[in-house]
Amino acid sequence: MTAAASPLRHTPLYGEHLALGARMVPFAGWEMPLQFAGIVEEHHAVRRRAGLFDVSHMGRLTVEGPDAAAFLRSLVTYDVARIAVGEGHYAVICRDDGGILDDVYVFRLGEERFLVVVNAANAQRIGEWARARLRQGSRAVLMDRQTETAMLALQGPEAAAHLGALAPAVAQSLAARHCTEVELEGTIAFISRTGYTGEDGFELVVPAADGPGLWRSALGGVERGVQPCGLGARDTLRLEAALALYGNDIDESTNPLEAGLGWTVTFDDGADFVGRQALLRVREAGVSRQLACVRALERGVMRAGCPLLHDGRPVGRLTSGGFSPTLGASIGLAYLPPALAAVGTELEVDVRGKPLRAQVVQRPFYKRGKAG
Amino acid sequence: MPTPTDRRYTKEHEWVRVDDGVGTVGVTDYAQDQLGDIVYLDLPAPGTPVKQFEKLGEIESVKAVSDLYSPVSGEVVDVNEAVADHPELVNQSPYEDGWLVRVRLADLAELEALLTADQYDALIAEAQAE
Repeated sequence: MTAAASPLRHTPLYGEHLALGARMVPFAGWEMPLQFAGIVEEHHAVRRRAGLFDVSHMGRLTVEGPDAAAFLRSLVTYDVARIAVGEGHYAVICRDDGGILDDVYVFRLGEERFLVVVNAANAQRIGEWARARLRQGSRAVLMDRQTETAMLALQGPEAAAHLGALAPAVAQSLAARHCTEVELEGTIAFISRTGYTGEDGFELVVPAADGPGLWRSALGGVERGVQPCGLGARDTLRLEAALALYGNDIDESTNPLEAGLGWTVTFDDGADFVGRQALLRVREAGVSRQLACVRALERGVMRAGCPLLHDGRPVGRLTSGGFSPTLGASIGLAYLPPALAAVGTELEVDVRGKPLRAQVVQRPFYKRGKAG
Repeated sequence: MPTPTDRRYTKEHEWVRVDDGVGTVGVTDYAQDQLGDIVYLDLPAPGTPVKQFEKLGEIESVKAVSDLYSPVSGEVVDVNEAVADHPELVNQSPYEDGWLVRVRLADLAELEALLTADQYDALIAEAQAE
């Protein structure tokens, strides 16, 4: 007899998705829109104009008070002191052996005031893990803000123009990876110039009750051309940008150095963080494998889990795979022995028993501003 | 779009329209909508023998791959090259430009085992009610 599954959770924007006729699917315990107009159409809309995503399912933690910065630094790989007020930085949370517990974004809103955005699938676990690490007597305060807020991502070359209709000063002056809090439509919104698509864009956090109004304002009517987008396009966009997906490309069995996330790890401040010793040893010894970008040389679609062969010998498996609407070809990510991770290495992907010729290519597959 | 009455259907959402002993085969509008954006098709080459209700090839969307089943037995005589280059034709025009293969029928009587347009409509109405 199986236990009844918990009912799926709904974000504050759930009613909006149903009103727009979205196809809904379960994701990390939430019922989320997979697509509105279609994955490929939404993907192209973000690359060419602007798309709007509900990302309220992601975890949002605030860390505030005296000791906040030091506490946060002890949890993440990046030297938080280097993040100025009004800035954000991508970082990784590791366990003692250097395995990745989550990839996160750390925003500094004040000297001792931070917003940390974590993956939906890890939200509860990371919150508990961080709380357990708050030493007795620490004056840092950790709060879970997920249920009281909604989060939207407005992404694409026209995102700034559309944000200009809502928050003109922010749209004009907020630099990439920076953040601010601003009054917007009668509420206070956190806005960062960040995203998971490889395009220019913004992420906005507002009180939950203000989510639907902001969603509708941001969409602004069909003639405005902002395309509501779901998880399907979110995945095709991030894969083209070669951005890691937790659970696929990174997890507890991978460390940030082999995942190409060494740039999120700072050792030179000397401060301890969970996994520091283990990662120093990896740096010393060199990584035994590297996450590489693989692109198909012929028709067919490679998927996560497909084995890779080099000269007939199995050398790894894809951690992510799919079809790139921008490139018109299949792309994927895989850990390869460093010698084979060089750009140009030819490989064969086993797609359900059929061979698909592929090649290691430069990361990322798509970079904004560059043709094809 | 209304289900065309000039052809027959399978429970797996393929259709076949027969002209002069040759059946043109494709997938239905319901199928393309359920699958989402088609990005790749794995179809048999001309000359390949096929059997009714057996796997003919694969149709792949952004999120998943599905098997294609042949509505009829016979020999593949033509493959739609346009859909190889433009798989989205299957989404845009599942009953016309998005045809997949043509099969010279081994046995016209096999069509009796297929659904009429009305029967197919009833099938999908039931599926959507679930």
